[in-house]
Amino acid sequence: MSQPVIAVRDLVKTYGKVEAVRGIDLEVGPGEIFGFLGPNGAGKSTTISILCTLVRPTSGVAEVAGIDVLKDPSGVRARIGLVFQDPSLDGQLTGRENLDFHAYLYGLPAHTRKQRIDDALEIVELTERASSMVLTYSGGMRRRLEIARGILHYPQVLFLDEPTLGLDPQTRNKIWDYLHAVRTREHITIFMTTHYMDEAEFCDRIAIIDQGKIVALGTPAELKTKVGGDVVTITTPDAAVAVEQIRNIMHLEATQEDGTVRVEVSESASFMPRLFSELTIPITAVSARRPSLDDVFLKLTGRAIREQGMTSLDTMRNMGRIWGGGRR
Amino acid sequence: MSEQTLSAPVSRAQTVNIRGATLRAIYIIWKRDLIRYWRDRTRVIASLAQPVLFLFVFGSGLSASLRGSSGGFGGTGSSLQYAQFIFPGIIGMSVLFTSIFSAMSIVWDREFGFLKEVLVAPIHRSAVAIGKTLGGATQAMFQGLVILILAPLVGVKLTFLGVIEIIPMAFLFAFAVSALGVAVAARMRTMQGFQMVMNFLMMPMFFLAGALFPLGANLPGWLTVLTRLDPASYGIDAIRRVVLSAAGVPSRVLDSLGLTLFGHSLSVWTEEAVLVVFGAMMLSLAVYAFRQRD
Repeated sequence: MSQPVIAVRDLVKTYGKVEAVRGIDLEVGPGEIFGFLGPNGAGKSTTISILCTLVRPTSGVAEVAGIDVLKDPSGVRARIGLVFQDPSLDGQLTGRENLDFHAYLYGLPAHTRKQRIDDALEIVELTERASSMVLTYSGGMRRRLEIARGILHYPQVLFLDEPTLGLDPQTRNKIWDYLHAVRTREHITIFMTTHYMDEAEFCDRIAIIDQGKIVALGTPAELKTKVGGDVVTITTPDAAVAVEQIRNIMHLEATQEDGTVRVEVSESASFMPRLFSELTIPITAVSARRPSLDDVFLKLTGRAIREQGMTSLDTMRNMGRIWGGGRR
Repeated sequence: MSEQTLSAPVSRAQTVNIRGATLRAIYIIWKRDLIRYWRDRTRVIASLAQPVLFLFVFGSGLSASLRGSSGGFGGTGSSLQYAQFIFPGIIGMSVLFTSIFSAMSIVWDREFGFLKEVLVAPIHRSAVAIGKTLGGATQAMFQGLVILILAPLVGVKLTFLGVIEIIPMAFLFAFAVSALGVAVAARMRTMQGFQMVMNFLMMPMFFLAGALFPLGANLPGWLTVLTRLDPASYGIDAIRRVVLSAAGVPSRVLDSLGLTLFGHSLSVWTEEAVLVVFGAMMLSLAVYAFRQRD
């Protein structure tokens, strides 16, 4: 890897007795899309806030664009773009005026300002709506405008904290198209957090974080090999017996989940015939699939990532988005 | 990934001139406030309702019973009507209320996340305090000047020079109160605090400022002290002197109705100086509040 754009060594952040981040090391290279993946409260937002100089680390080193976040926070801020978890646009201004505001704050030179705003609007396909007030925009359009704003001042890194939270799946995929377009056109490094496992597939590399520590780091494909082969799900009237038989007769590890049985096998094609011939109990249905990152997370932490569901904070946030967000 | 479509690496390594950056930031924060103000024309019209009520209902109602022996208000042998006396006070009220309200938009911005966009920018935090104060002051100045269109209805004669003189008076008053509002709003985290500010800051400032009664003589001692501590007293008295002397009210009458300090009438210049000092103090507090890390 050439000179890293983000370098973090032994980063720790504690709030009183709570250890939000417990020793994180990572490097992100230029032009990478790096995903920070984990359940709510794993330390994702704290880490991204430290990198953006919004939170001071308790100990450890964090460098962004070659600048230490503690030594020159303004220098870091001038070189990064931010898309916050919560909306931060002025609904009473038009899309273009929001970008213009940003351009002044970040000191874009006057002679290129308009051209740059036009280009940014074009990347996220908001040129036609540029003169409408932002309060008339949909949730997805607002996010796109925030992405355009985030890249406006030619940052080296674009940070996005849960950029697709609260958006419908179709809009989420669209956001990803724009992020890839941004990366290609701007030669920018993208660092984002998410708790949607399926989204991590769009990243070049991901780090899985749990309880303040990185438990796995690599490309999505690399991480999936950690699961080893395919995931087979078996539906049967007596799951407990099925687990026992798979363990004792087939000598494979099986787990029971909501009345179904889950087995990780190296190759599902040869496993299926054996399953039917060697088990003595009836089988209602069998399905096999390639492992997903959900399986990786389950394997590494022993929990499903969305097991705990939405926290009350998330619920409130979404309420805020529905009731408050509509107004601005 | 080969072609460099948009970004020039040169512009990435920008060395920002910090003073230029701060001035630009102040400008755009100020401009945003004005854009929002012009866009919200209903607010401009609606905000005339309260002054109209004060002027015509309150003013005309009291005019009838406050007529002095010679037919004028204040018993100084002048023909000044009560409604004419409070007219500059109502301009001041408009300036005062608009200043506080526009400063409170900071709390609104915080609630809706927009403040974050400003606070993470690589600019000096003082730009936020100054930009917001100037934005609020400009809006409040306009709101004050709008009241002038009611002048003919209460029989206050306006001269061109008089109007020109009112502009800096209204602006300095608006600046002082906006700075106070920004200093308070910078520390407020919720909209609930807003009601508190209304009850414990805005209304007392208005009632103590002598917008509706003369501050000259015959006030109880405690009230005299409180009215002199209210910065709005100085702002409103200055506006009153300028408006009414332009309308031809003799300065003898103005002195008898106007603000005094230790028995001396204050000149407009002294009053403006008080406002500038107060505004500068409040602005420093506002800058300090914004420099505290959020």
